[in-house]
Amino acid sequence: MPVGLLGQKIGMTQVYAEDGTVVPVTVVEAGPCVVTRVRTQDRDGYDAVQLGFGDRPRRRVSRADRGQIADIGSRRQRARQAAGVQVLPRAGCEPRRFMREFRCDGPDHGCEVGQVLTVESLADWSFVDVIGTSIGRGHAGVMKRHNFSGQRASHGVKRVHRHPGSIGQSADPARVLKGTRMAGRYGGSRVTVRNLEIVRVDAEHNMLLVRGAVPGAAGGLLILRYSAKNRKAGGR
Amino acid sequence: MRHKLLDLAEQSDLREEPLNFAIGDTVDVHTRILEGDKERIQVFSGVVIARRGHGMSEMFTVRRIVAGEGVERTFPVNTPKIAKVEVKRHGRVRRAKLYYLRERSGKATRLRERKAKPWEVDPNAKK
Repeated sequence: MPVGLLGQKIGMTQVYAEDGTVVPVTVVEAGPCVVTRVRTQDRDGYDAVQLGFGDRPRRRVSRADRGQIADIGSRRQRARQAAGVQVLPRAGCEPRRFMREFRCDGPDHGCEVGQVLTVESLADWSFVDVIGTSIGRGHAGVMKRHNFSGQRASHGVKRVHRHPGSIGQSADPARVLKGTRMAGRYGGSRVTVRNLEIVRVDAEHNMLLVRGAVPGAAGGLLILRYSAKNRKAGGR
Repeated sequence: MRHKLLDLAEQSDLREEPLNFAIGDTVDVHTRILEGDKERIQVFSGVVIARRGHGMSEMFTVRRIVAGEGVERTFPVNTPKIAKVEVKRHGRVRRAKLYYLRERSGKATRLRERKAKPWEVDPNAKK
């Protein structure tokens, strides 16, 4: 069972289904991802697989970070080996741009450090969950941020057409309740969209088409994981 | 700039043979429709009054008069449901969108005919 995949949002377009209906799709460049670390119950206290996607130039990566994914023969490593400390295997790849861990139920995920996962590993899934960073909207008012209705355009409304209106009562409780929805920073946060149907998998170009929209702008980095809560697919 | 993967995603669904008609042409649009489990061709004929969008989302609008009432249908250019578009008559028009036909009725909706341009002539068609 593949654990998941990392990718990048390319943009949206539309394709035709076999019966001629239009399907709105998001094009995702998914993988190839290198397995950079395998977490085990014994050593780390949990089972997980760490994947790395995309290249990051070497000059942008500290030697310490590079040592995490490639064997760079550091003095410290040699000293540890000489002292008989077991050194974890390294993927031996170039520095990665985007690295995330996928939690697994047990150690039988079938991934080894250095292994490369491609979009083909998702070929027998029918649905995915897509996690991304939503488009940042800065300081947004309550109409945009919380879908408030605002106030009327006329009938005596003066310069408060997009205001929230009342935010509470009077002398009792004499304060604004915690959690009252107001204007503020909106977007730029982690958003998960569940159960997106996989429309097409193109292994040759690492391309994945999912039905519908995914969070973030084109070029945003995405986490693709199995839709465990999908009723149609019956869960994992 | 458009990403090459976007083009690649669309490529297989784009129409291979471009539909050969111009604004103002009177056309027969042959659409495949499913009746029960049988496929049947239905023809919608009228004047092409607009063509908008590009690439995958390009659409064109055909207008005709049915029982004295104007009817417009907009088709996606790339849909596999269009079997073919047959040009019946070329109309001489001076703009790209013929929305002014909506305000007209009867004789005023006629378009002057023009001769087919060399590239519009189907070499396979019999005289």
